[in-house]
Amino acid sequence: MTGVDTGAVRGPTLAMRLGIDRSVAIAFGCILLILAGGAMYSREFLSPDYLLQQLQVGAFLGIIASGAMMVILLGHIDLSIPWVVTLGAMMATAMVGWGGSWGPWICIPFGVFCGAVIGILNGLGVAYLRLPSMIFTLGMNAVVQGLMVLHTGGFAPLDQATPAMHFIAVQRSLFGIPNAVFVWAIVGIFVIYVLKRTAFGRTVYAVGNRESAAYLSGVNTNRVLIGCFAFSGAMAAFAGVLLAGYSNKAYQNMGDAYLLPAIAAVVLGGTNILGGRGNYLGTIAGVILITLLQSILSVMQMPEAGRQVIYGCVIIGMLLIYGRGAKARS
Amino acid sequence: MKTATTGALSNGRYWIAHNSGVLTAVVLFVAMFTLYISNHSAGLTPAVATTAANKAVLLALVAMAQTLPVLTRGLDLSVGMVFVMANCIASVIVVGTVGEGMLGIVAVLLIGALAGFINGAIVVWGRLQPIITTLATGAVYYGISLFVRPGPGGDVQSDIADLLTGQLFNTVPAALVVLLVVVLVVWIPYRRSVLGRAAYAVGSNEQAAYMSGVPVQKAKLLAYTLAGVLASVAGLMLTFNTYSGEASAPIAGTYTLNSIAAVVIGGTSLFGGWGSAIGSIFGAFVLRTIEDLLFVFDLPPLWQPLFQGVVLLLAVSLGAFRILRVRNRLELFS
Amino acid sequence: MFSLGVFSLAWMSALLDRKPYLELKQISKRYGGVAALTGVDFSVYPGEIQAVLGENGAGKSTLIKIASGVTDPTEGEVLIEGRPVRFRNPTEAMRAGVVCVFQELSLLPEMTVADNLSIVDPPKWLGMINAQGQRERARALLKRVGCEDVHPLELVRDLPLSRRQMVEIAKALGRNPRILILDEATSALTADDVERVYGIIRDLKKSGVGILYVSHRMREIEALADTATVFRNGRKIETFTKGERSVDAIIEMMIGREVTHQYPPKPEPSADRPVALAAANLAWGREIQDVSFNLKKGEIVGLGGLDGQGQRELLLALFGVLKGVTGTVAIDGKPIKLDGPRKAMHAPLPMALIPEDRKTEGLMLPMSVRDNMTLAALPRLAGRFGVDAEKENAAVQVMVDRLRVKTPDLLAPVSALSGGNQQKVVLAKWLMTAPGIILLNDPTRGIDVGTKQEIYRLMRELANQGAAILFYSTDYAELIGCCDRVLVVYDGKIRRELAGEALNERNLLQSALNIDASERAA
Repeated sequence: MTGVDTGAVRGPTLAMRLGIDRSVAIAFGCILLILAGGAMYSREFLSPDYLLQQLQVGAFLGIIASGAMMVILLGHIDLSIPWVVTLGAMMATAMVGWGGSWGPWICIPFGVFCGAVIGILNGLGVAYLRLPSMIFTLGMNAVVQGLMVLHTGGFAPLDQATPAMHFIAVQRSLFGIPNAVFVWAIVGIFVIYVLKRTAFGRTVYAVGNRESAAYLSGVNTNRVLIGCFAFSGAMAAFAGVLLAGYSNKAYQNMGDAYLLPAIAAVVLGGTNILGGRGNYLGTIAGVILITLLQSILSVMQMPEAGRQVIYGCVIIGMLLIYGRGAKARS
Repeated sequence: MKTATTGALSNGRYWIAHNSGVLTAVVLFVAMFTLYISNHSAGLTPAVATTAANKAVLLALVAMAQTLPVLTRGLDLSVGMVFVMANCIASVIVVGTVGEGMLGIVAVLLIGALAGFINGAIVVWGRLQPIITTLATGAVYYGISLFVRPGPGGDVQSDIADLLTGQLFNTVPAALVVLLVVVLVVWIPYRRSVLGRAAYAVGSNEQAAYMSGVPVQKAKLLAYTLAGVLASVAGLMLTFNTYSGEASAPIAGTYTLNSIAAVVIGGTSLFGGWGSAIGSIFGAFVLRTIEDLLFVFDLPPLWQPLFQGVVLLLAVSLGAFRILRVRNRLELFS
Repeated sequence: MFSLGVFSLAWMSALLDRKPYLELKQISKRYGGVAALTGVDFSVYPGEIQAVLGENGAGKSTLIKIASGVTDPTEGEVLIEGRPVRFRNPTEAMRAGVVCVFQELSLLPEMTVADNLSIVDPPKWLGMINAQGQRERARALLKRVGCEDVHPLELVRDLPLSRRQMVEIAKALGRNPRILILDEATSALTADDVERVYGIIRDLKKSGVGILYVSHRMREIEALADTATVFRNGRKIETFTKGERSVDAIIEMMIGREVTHQYPPKPEPSADRPVALAAANLAWGREIQDVSFNLKKGEIVGLGGLDGQGQRELLLALFGVLKGVTGTVAIDGKPIKLDGPRKAMHAPLPMALIPEDRKTEGLMLPMSVRDNMTLAALPRLAGRFGVDAEKENAAVQVMVDRLRVKTPDLLAPVSALSGGNQQKVVLAKWLMTAPGIILLNDPTRGIDVGTKQEIYRLMRELANQGAAILFYSTDYAELIGCCDRVLVVYDGKIRRELAGEALNERNLLQSALNIDASERAA
């Protein structure tokens, strides 16, 4: 503080430090609202057991959403998630057979690795071919689907989950907290660390806000793009591995149910679909919100039809409340 | 007299230049279809043509629907869902006498228009991004499909169905006539209307369009609404083909994806402002013929999805050629 | 002054019943906290040509935007023939007869010339656009502006810039304006076209159209205008009839009084400074043609000339942003390849570019002051476990103090700052990388006078510390006040170098305009 004309430079407020803004607050508010509504329906909704179970289910979505969020922060989107989830599950289970005695040890990293490879290909297409990510990843989804159809039909691979997969996806080893929640927590801490504490994280926001300005500031924007898409692919595949552990096997179309919820969780958590703005706390809120919503609808024995309708309406409704685009006229 | 001829000539030259994308798709389709027919055991009989047409027209109509939002630099990820929703609803209400069936058809088209209008309204007045909007409304339309038709089944007015999926004068596939009628009644008047041209203007440069006094909002609303109508026409045709309705998410997803690919192959720019629904029709025909070619060339069925995926990815990658023209790297980021 | 010809008779009769067609009353416009216009009264009469003069950022474009319905005034009202109106969009302004030829072209690149000319009210047949009627209309309008060589079915994106500008004018004429606003409408035109546009304007005037003419070229204004209004810092200074004020007086009004002592003193020129950057035979398309020059350490070299002669492209080329640049560049004696900003930042003498448009190329507006400032130098601030928050905040605080950035908070979004402070953030971002060569692309555009002076002082301070500075500005006074020498660029080539006594406004303007004249003769 040198002089009067510098103005008063305050330290950041606590809310700013934590990244709590309006949309994150609204999302957490909605979670409380759903829980309160559920509690009126049945006291079970507030029991620790129920809540832990929701967290376990939410963990899979949370891991996928972590990857999706990195891509959305760039102002891009990864629509190859459904089949990359399946790819992760299938490659991991198949590796048990291919890898011989090493199989059970390397199957999980191998599944994640395959997802990362697809993610890198997505990143290359977006960064160097400058194709719209929506289109390119949609095409990549079709290619991976083709590969998996060929894989399951042609090679009759193993599709049973290993005990290790089952262990991290289903079992509870510490204070009765599901292991999957710990896995999500590790992924989450990693994402928060990258976004808040590393130069790479800062450049993710920069590219998402204005890629030309980031480029002119000497940021290797292509590297940022490829890195985020690779992370998205790896996380989708990792979730696939966990899902295989959860349901004990890998099967086709197992990722289909995760694309829209993942994007919705990220966007409902306040991340701007056009990129550049958003924080992980919001994504956590979005994931819990979506998971609770799904759970409540199924507990209330809402048929799939009604669930889809409510789902779509909630997303549109919440987005209309915040995060609107700018008007053309200034 | 002489000037009139040269005038017409130069007009023609410009016409060819402006439609080179469409013409490329047409040439590609003709070449592939010739290859297909010459390797087909039966050759080009009305029956072969009708089977091919019935399949191809479905995607052609969905691709036309996708073209309209794309021209405004938007996107409709719900076209496949509207298509499936129309199919499900048609399998319930397009029944009974021919007259009742006709009423049902009108109702399905109105529902399609409403679905498209809702998309457009959220994009225009809600100022949400088209991608996320149509992804979410797609879920709603899929939910409605499930509600109407929880399991596959239903029926359709068979006189209308047989007429529209059979052959006219025992030679011309009726589905092609339906497509032609849609082009003449919907596309051509739209393309030549003020609002249709406004859609191109919006896609070309929204700010400049606004400054020039183009009705930006109306143009977007109409584009999404007509997309809903066209997708529901496709849904009706699907019902006439299958005599049933099915709320299938994979079908919806495949049609959405293929519609985007067809639009790109047909020479329409995903960055808006350039292209035509006619191109998308032929883009759809090309995609369908690829499938048929895989069939006649005995590609193992297991390989077909992969092959199709790769073709799709290559098709959408065609847009990458524009980066060769870029001289100022800052233009890459626009 | 005026010969008593037909034109001036028409003009004088129009003067007799002095009722303005368009009138602005006490108009103010603020963007965020920044005032673009303050309390402006302004009117345009039928049959007059009124020039609007002022520096960049004087408020001319805001005035035009309000008159043509692109934006709303914050305060004040707009009147058409004495009746208050409120234009909600440009269409309503056009319907009321106010038509603008925009500086940033409003044409649609992917559409044909015919489509563009009839974009709003095309000739119709059975409710559909009559393509043939539209072509004929286009042909007639193109003929009126002397562009018979443009085919109505040509795409606008395929036309050269000068033709596009003529099409833009034709489009405005097609709307039968009562008030026609030309915003730098002749900047990209060839000499023949400029003459033709003059002819059109005089014809329009004769038929009672009021014309608002915005231009930087005094010669044009002398040739055309009946009256002129000078703006400065968002305020109207004066409206006067042609001949009432000398050119010198007008320039004084535009620049204001505080010209003389606002620049820091220049050091004595010395010949033995080492060369920081040597460019030889640089070329890139039409925009840069065979450009060679040296930039020495401790020296501020200006790029002058009319706007858009390749100066911006030259800076981008040096920073490695353009593809396919030929020629050689040596930095500190070592040849380098122009291949992207990262390469430039790690050249033997690190380079920095303050880009043209700080909103799209310099800043991430929603991001914080801190995040923007450290973006380029972030790898330096990163420790073993990522960015060290304390170190980063300390470094940012040093810059905030040094440049006296007025911000409520280091984490406040840059969008909340005034234009001048935003530009300081861009400068701070690059100062953090300790650059040896600084390329400045019109850094004081749209910035208040106080900040401008601070930037001048900073530039000289950096030069005195040994940095080499290449400085492009559209403001001649600034070039004269700041630079040790100025390279005048015209049509992609360096035409003249001015230094010492020879570096004055007259020479600078003359070398730009003389070249213009010789081109016209050729």
